Amino acid sequence: MSLQLFLAMLFLPLITGGINGIIGRKLPYLLSGSIASISVFLSFCIALFIFFNLQEPVHYTIYNVFSWQKASIQFGFQIDALSSWMSLIITGIGCLIHLFSMGYVEDKNEFYKFFTYLNLFIFSMLLLVFGSNYFVMFFGWEGVGVCSFLLIGFNYSDAKKGLANAMAARKAFIMNRIGDAGLLVALFLLLQEFQTLEYREIYELIQSGEHQLSHPFYFGLALSLFFAATGKSAQIPLFTWLPDAMAGPTPVSALIHAATMVTAGIFMVVRSNFIFELAPDVKEIILWIGLSTALIGAFIALKQNDIKKVLAYSTVSQLGLMFVALGCGAYTVAIFHVTTHAFFKALLFLCAGSIIHAMHHEQDIRKMGQLKSYMKITHLCFLIGTLAIIGFPFLSGFFSKDEIIAHAYSHHPIVFILTLFVVIMTAIYMSRLYYRIFWGNENIDEHTKSHLHESPWTMTLPLSLLAVGALLGGLLNLPSFMGGGHAHFLSHLLEHQVEGLDKIQHHSLSNSISMLLMASSAAIAIFALYFSYLKWGKTNKEIIGSKAGIWQSLSSNRLYIDELYNAIIVKPTEKIAARGEYLIEKIILSQIIQWIGTSLQWSGSLLIRFQKGTVNQYIFWMIFATLLFFLYTTLTIHLWN
Amino acid sequence: MNFYLILSLILFCIGIVGLITRKNMIILLMCIELMLNAVNLLLVSFSAFYKQSDPQIFVFFIIVVAAAEATIGLSIIIMAFRNNKSTDISLFNQLKG
Repeated sequence: MSLQLFLAMLFLPLITGGINGIIGRKLPYLLSGSIASISVFLSFCIALFIFFNLQEPVHYTIYNVFSWQKASIQFGFQIDALSSWMSLIITGIGCLIHLFSMGYVEDKNEFYKFFTYLNLFIFSMLLLVFGSNYFVMFFGWEGVGVCSFLLIGFNYSDAKKGLANAMAARKAFIMNRIGDAGLLVALFLLLQEFQTLEYREIYELIQSGEHQLSHPFYFGLALSLFFAATGKSAQIPLFTWLPDAMAGPTPVSALIHAATMVTAGIFMVVRSNFIFELAPDVKEIILWIGLSTALIGAFIALKQNDIKKVLAYSTVSQLGLMFVALGCGAYTVAIFHVTTHAFFKALLFLCAGSIIHAMHHEQDIRKMGQLKSYMKITHLCFLIGTLAIIGFPFLSGFFSKDEIIAHAYSHHPIVFILTLFVVIMTAIYMSRLYYRIFWGNENIDEHTKSHLHESPWTMTLPLSLLAVGALLGGLLNLPSFMGGGHAHFLSHLLEHQVEGLDKIQHHSLSNSISMLLMASSAAIAIFALYFSYLKWGKTNKEIIGSKAGIWQSLSSNRLYIDELYNAIIVKPTEKIAARGEYLIEKIILSQIIQWIGTSLQWSGSLLIRFQKGTVNQYIFWMIFATLLFFLYTTLTIHLWN
Repeated sequence: MNFYLILSLILFCIGIVGLITRKNMIILLMCIELMLNAVNLLLVSFSAFYKQSDPQIFVFFIIVVAAAEATIGLSIIIMAFRNNKSTDISLFNQLKG
């Protein structure tokens, strides 16, 4: 595997993004979409090639960005199992979603812009996972943030929802920036203590024991890294941007806000596992924050009526589960769940996109129902996605979720019970969503019904491929009693090549207990499916305007978290900003500028007396000044001597 | 010796007074030439006084430069005359404050 090949994979999306960005306006829309999709597909092929030819981690240093005293920062890449695994997810799901977008984006004039942003996103995400140090990761980290901002607010000129879209984009960007502050703090701490940002060098320095650093240092370092992860991966307290980010086009929600970008925080924690292992308190914090995010997300998803909002809160909740795995020290399990989640959540989002496309941008599930007879492929794919996420036996989500439950079980009984709660709620809200869209009463108005159709092949092909992934994704990391020699393929792969992961002790459960856990989660899934069928499968019992209990109103009002943030953070900040504008802009700055102006006018009016316009007078003043100068010099010379 | 110094001083002062008081451009140019030649005279007399030839070489250079300068000055005056039909310097007062 050569450097050129790797760079080709990395830069192909950037190059086509550049082409689309510069001359895309003049290209026919199909061409600009195709080159974008093909470049990501080629990247995927190269990523596959690299993945299968990778024997041991490879490091490339391209150039030295700067060095100061002993510290230095390199621009370099690290190719190991973790980064190439992530690159498979990014480019694989990415090229499917590119293909899907060609059918989904309707405004042909905006086509090139959309694909420019998507390609730029793929490039930034690859940079994020392939960087050999935190500096390059930070580069990609910011890049994906910008692309997310641009794509959420993509329809900013929409007459009805344009302003809301732009506000959602701004909210996402600002919340991400708050998290990024944590990453910056961590970066400077690392640079100060280790004089380097390379993962490998930091790991070796920590392992060698030369740096005897205090416990509070590791606590602060790990906490600020985790804070950065809460921003990107939508955890408490910075998770409210993700549901709002659904304002963006649906392929964007699938790619960025479900499959790839939001898992950047998990990737970063797995990369820095050796730091987190030294800060057990932070791991406990991660566990509980992840758990409460998972609970809150799942709880809110129970009563949402917007199809994308349900999926968004479901994403928040699933990300919370991944952080539970991280908190238990099961890093490989978290990556496994990232993988399966990428499959089934991208699938669900794309199905939602297909439905929204067919329903003429109707997203309210109360106005759907009985869609199963209109959209057969979408129905089947959505069913597979739902079964995968609720952990129906032998689908991808079943295995990954089960590993998390097993680790929660061996960590603490309370964690285990709360995780089961999350699983139950996930099963309920997902099957509710499924039944209300595809079964139940037909609540579609006549106009929409006449246009209702299955989507074109560019949309159904990615759906089918992702459905295959959601079906079979569990094979990547089978439990030991099922897989035989190939069990835990992904875990072993990662443990062999990623710094720090081989040092982590696993409590392995006995086969009988893990089988029992599997059976219980499968029973939960099947029971929830049956229960939801009774409740929503035949008729819609939820009548609009019926009296809602306190739990229902809490859930449908999203626990009032947005209102809380508005009251305690946004409103005071806006007030301070308004006061600051008055004080600084209106009083200090404008006064200073006024003063500069008047003083210039005043001094000008003094000097204007010498500009009479008569040449003779100028000559007179010139000679007068010369004489004065002579007088001065002769006097000083005489006085000195 | 003093006689030459006083003569050149008087010539120089005449030039200055002319520059300050007169308004005709040609006369102004003549005054400048007068000041220049006063300096030349001073240089030559010093050369004779100190028995050195360097100042005289300087004087030759100055005369050459002064000739060029006079040419340019006169051509400027011709252009000014074409514009204003007069050589009065006080007509050039557009940049006054």
